[in-house]
Amino acid sequence: MSANVPKRFELEIPIACDKELEATKVAERVAQEMQFGPDCVAEIKLALIEGIINAFEHSGSAIQKVLVEFAIHDEELEVVVQDFGQGFDASSKPNVRPLQRRGYGRVLMESLMDEVKYFTSPQGTRLVMKKRRPKCA
Amino acid sequence: MSEVFKVTARQAGKFIVIAVEGYINNLAGEKVLDEFNRWTAEGYRHFVLNLEKTQLVNSIGVSILIEMIEKTQELNGSMAFCCLLPIIAKTFKIMGLTQYARVYETEAEAIAG
Ligand SMILES: Nc1ncnc2c1ncn2[C@@H]1O[C@H](COP(=O)(O)OP(=O)(O)OP(=O)(O)O)[C@@H](O)[C@H]1O
Ligand SMILES: [Mg+2]
Repeated sequence: MSANVPKRFELEIPIACDKELEATKVAERVAQEMQFGPDCVAEIKLALIEGIINAFEHSGSAIQKVLVEFAIHDEELEVVVQDFGQGFDASSKPNVRPLQRRGYGRVLMESLMDEVKYFTSPQGTRLVMKKRRPKCA
Repeated sequence: MSEVFKVTARQAGKFIVIAVEGYINNLAGEKVLDEFNRWTAEGYRHFVLNLEKTQLVNSIGVSILIEMIEKTQELNGSMAFCCLLPIIAKTFKIMGLTQYARVYETEAEAIAG
């Protein structure tokens, strides 16, 4: 991997329409540097979009930004979305029925990434997602 | 929008082919829905959505596509998708769209039914 990508770094994304794309541009570069193939790069980008728009839409944060962190490990890429909202009960997952309109974000993230975890409290929510390197062509 | 987004539509026999270019989020999805509604208002009910130039569809974008599928069902029409990137095919599969709309490799196949 080239030396110009740090092992761990953070972006501040303002809560505003389409700003999730700023994060996906960085995600794309990082994932490509890590030799993820194009389909896996797209999967990481979509999972990140879902995580960020959930933070935008549901966190109820008074602070108008979310933090996105990338950590490059030997075996995996770790992507974190941190908001400063009210938190939620992450253990109660919505059931997904065919042709239901909403409630697919978490299902998508879990299908696209190898690991998805929530750490949530009334001070905010930290979503930690991991994608393993070798599994992805 | 910070990225290029474009919707174009043309008629091919009984089908209306709607081609979408760019990231489909809530706003872009609404534009696709507007185009769709314009054609249903004129009596068309068979649609092909060509997503060759769409790189990603987020969950809110997909929810709008689901709305369109439901509308075609009400009209006894049809909705088909074509030219999907693997990530979009995977998204549609996870969200169960492929049970309600056909997916074709090419636009020509979609129009041939
Ligand atoms: N960062 C967050 N802060 C607070 N609540 C959250 C957060 N992320 C998710 N949630 C809660 O989890 C629910 C499920 O999220 P999910 O993304 O699966 O569905 P959705 O956002 O409601 O719909 P969709 O993603 O299909 O547009 C949300 O409706 C919200 O109540
Ligand atoms: Mg969501």
